[in-house]
Amino acid sequence: MNAARTATYISVCRLDDIDPETGVTALVRGEVVAVFRTHDDRVFALSNYDPYGHASVLARGIVGTRGDVPFVASPLLKQAFSLETGRCLDDPSVAVATYEVDVVEGEIRVGVAVAL
Amino acid sequence: MSPHLRKVVVVGHGMVGHRFVTAAIERGLTETHDIVVIGEEPRPAYDRVALTSFFEVGAEALSFLPGGAYDDPRVTLRTGTSVIEIDPAAQTVMLGDGEEMAYDELVLATGAAPFVPPVPGAELGNVFVYRTIEDLEAIREAAKTAKAGAVIGGGLLGLEAANALHQLGVETHVVEMNPRLMSVQVDEAGGRMLGRHITDLGLTVHTGVMTEAALPAIVDVDATGEVDGQVSALKFKDVEEPLPVDMIVFSAGIRPRDALARAAGLDLAERGGVLVDEQCRSSDPHVWAVGECAAPGGKMYGLVAPGYDMAEVVADALLGGQGTFTGADLSTKLKLLGVDVASFGDAHGTTDDCLELTYSDAVAGVYKKLVISEDGTRLLGGVLVGDASAYGLLRPMVASGIPLPDNPEELILPASSGGGGGVQLPPEAQVCSCNDVTRGDIEAAVDAGCGSAAEVTKETKAGSTCGSCKVQVKKIVEDYFTAQGKTVDTSLCEHFAGDEHGRSPMTRAELFDVVLIHGYTTFDQIIEAHGTGRGCDVCKPAIASILASQLNGHVLAAENRKLQDTNDAFLANIQKNGSYSVVPRIPGGEVTPEGLIVIGEVAREFGLYTKITGGQRIDMFGARMEDLPAIWKRLVDAGFESGHAYGKSLRTVKSCVGSTWCRYGVQDSVGLAIMLETRYRGLRSPHKLKGGVSGCARECAEARGKDFGVIATEKGWNLYVGGNGGAVPAHAQLLAGDLTTDELVSCLDRFLMYYVRTADRLQRTSTWIDSLEGGLDRVREVVVDDVLGLGTELEDAMAQHVDGYFDEWKATLEDPAMLRRFVSFVNAPELPDPNISFGAVRGQIAPAVGEQPASGPVALGSSIPVGPPATDEHTMEHAR
Repeated sequence: MNAARTATYISVCRLDDIDPETGVTALVRGEVVAVFRTHDDRVFALSNYDPYGHASVLARGIVGTRGDVPFVASPLLKQAFSLETGRCLDDPSVAVATYEVDVVEGEIRVGVAVAL
Repeated sequence: MSPHLRKVVVVGHGMVGHRFVTAAIERGLTETHDIVVIGEEPRPAYDRVALTSFFEVGAEALSFLPGGAYDDPRVTLRTGTSVIEIDPAAQTVMLGDGEEMAYDELVLATGAAPFVPPVPGAELGNVFVYRTIEDLEAIREAAKTAKAGAVIGGGLLGLEAANALHQLGVETHVVEMNPRLMSVQVDEAGGRMLGRHITDLGLTVHTGVMTEAALPAIVDVDATGEVDGQVSALKFKDVEEPLPVDMIVFSAGIRPRDALARAAGLDLAERGGVLVDEQCRSSDPHVWAVGECAAPGGKMYGLVAPGYDMAEVVADALLGGQGTFTGADLSTKLKLLGVDVASFGDAHGTTDDCLELTYSDAVAGVYKKLVISEDGTRLLGGVLVGDASAYGLLRPMVASGIPLPDNPEELILPASSGGGGGVQLPPEAQVCSCNDVTRGDIEAAVDAGCGSAAEVTKETKAGSTCGSCKVQVKKIVEDYFTAQGKTVDTSLCEHFAGDEHGRSPMTRAELFDVVLIHGYTTFDQIIEAHGTGRGCDVCKPAIASILASQLNGHVLAAENRKLQDTNDAFLANIQKNGSYSVVPRIPGGEVTPEGLIVIGEVAREFGLYTKITGGQRIDMFGARMEDLPAIWKRLVDAGFESGHAYGKSLRTVKSCVGSTWCRYGVQDSVGLAIMLETRYRGLRSPHKLKGGVSGCARECAEARGKDFGVIATEKGWNLYVGGNGGAVPAHAQLLAGDLTTDELVSCLDRFLMYYVRTADRLQRTSTWIDSLEGGLDRVREVVVDDVLGLGTELEDAMAQHVDGYFDEWKATLEDPAMLRRFVSFVNAPELPDPNISFGAVRGQIAPAVGEQPASGPVALGSSIPVGPPATDEHTMEHAR
């Protein structure tokens, strides 16, 4: 199972390509994925699409914390999405897709979308 | 009543002599001793500390003994009587009327005399000292005809005297030999701030000047040829022109009145004063000295509180007690000429390796300094000028050794941040010294049902007298509420909401101060020291703006790029579909045909929608993020620069056509608008700023709808401030009229900088003005009348901004590291994001609506519409 998953991971960039507490946009199998690096060098991947603003922008939001939860605020209308779960912190009934992601030898790799 | 065998004679009936008598009565000394008090002044003891209020309340109100006698038959008071000699061997005193009086114990409480420097002319008429009610009566008489007066001495008492002269309607000069006022209590910066306050009140302060002579009026040369006159002027050393004054008050310090002791052969301290031991006993075992005439351990104390302590010690000693006087807390807190001044502990930082933390707000006239132990754990002392509200908290911290909080600067940050930095005072700590209310009393009042600070004040009187502890009372009440689970939230966001480690909630203005004090240059430094977590979309842009205001750096510099909202992060305005709009600056709305053509060509080449904005500029919409550098390359090459349409900064200065073309125009509104827009471009501010200039009263530029509006008159420019559109539109109000262009620019420099420094996050100029005490009048006082003496400082800050300006887009194009961010996909930079697409409306592009990407959001509820990707046709039908 692990082996199968590993095969589906796609390298998108190096960790150093993302400034801490910012995001970049990556194209993964035709899907637009926002990849974030937090200040403690954890990496998260979400769908880039803001379900409130209907635009592909999440990677350009401000990254911060709410309590202990790392989140990104959409640059359009500032709804906050948990980087860990994709869930909207202002409205738990809304979430964006998250992706498996890992860092191997400084290389960020995005896997498949995680079903909620 | 049989006579006692023993007799105590007290020489001097001032505040300390009186205190000795009351202590003696209370402690029971009069059960075994007769007490005779001999006072030189014609009246019994009075409150000399409150001397200046004599003019308002009269002598009677100041008296400690209104009836003229003690309520104890064993005490005899003889006023208007002086002691001229002491004979310790015979244990007698000789009175001025020739009477000899025997004593068993003699208490000297002769106080101190004003020091009059030996300058020629000190003996002239209308030259006074400031010590007794009689002195004040004479000063009042002289002030009736005097026009100008000088007070020699800028210490505590000198400023009291200056206040008195000022209140008597005399034009008042304060003359201080030292380079600053109150040099004993406050440090240099504190003295400067105090001087500024006093100057604002209309007094003239001369520091660093030496009085050489008081000059007489050249009149009334009598038969012997001697000049017999009143003082007419004051001559300073190295100053040619004498200062014309009708009266002079010497208040250049005090000297202990130790002449009797000296003549009697008692030991004196090196610098004067009767040398006494810890029980205040002199070198003669039956002679004691208390108050300003005494020098315990060789040191004289010029404050009343140590004198009181000495009086208690002697009363105790005479009863066989072991109380000692081992030194005094010289902390002082006063209101001088309406200005709070406090000094406590090691105010001058004389402790080895101590650290100093200062806060200075020239706008508000506040200066605060903390002296901290080398390891940062203990407060050693401090100085407060302009706002001494923290005194009630800080002084007990010095005395009790309560450990400092992690962020000690919060102890001196402006009161609205709560003051106190999370320090928990012990329940017995006095909060309101006027009414002796402790923290415990305040919390008890809350327990008893008080629901607010106002109710606590009503119940306990805390904060109801001088008001200086009001903020602290409020904080204690709020903290207590919080402790009981009732939350009182005053924070900018959760990251600056304070925590259990002593961090206080902060507003933008407070963060501005924190950044200034510490010279922070990065968000990380600020959040680590003053916040919690890693920030959010509220605090990060606010801090980005503060750093930009103070440092003038590039907003995309590596450390701070992550703080920027997407507009600042990409130097363009994000629009609803994730594309951006681009606005080159067109100062005053003036643009050449060549410029228009370049803009048109750029828009055509990149397929952008174009529109004239509400602020006389051309907006190009629909730019993909990855195209922004190429678009700006073209614009910069053609001489355009960023219009800052994206930032909280100056946007436009709109203008009508003005006198150049308009038949009504009386002034060149276009020229002025271009000048102003160029001057203030790039100025980061709490909210976006707009200006307008109209060339005549017809007001075609709608200047009064702007944050600053200028309307030409026949005589110059009228300046209006505080207008805006937005959800709550406001009309600008007249700040100053008929200004020259230079005057207009200096007014505007001051106004804008004052706003940038003190407004809250996202607070428009209109609401900012409303929030100031005094509103527009206060703005006018500061900006036009320069009552705070800040004009130059604010203008200098603006000059720094003007000099430091650079075009952000030009700088970005020259920096590969910044350009690296402008890509669609990190792993496919050449591909445009297919999710950003456009429809069309009225022949130009427009954002598509209702589109969903292939991967789509995961809808967990019914709030997210889900549908197939829209085609262009579909989009057009629904385009708004």
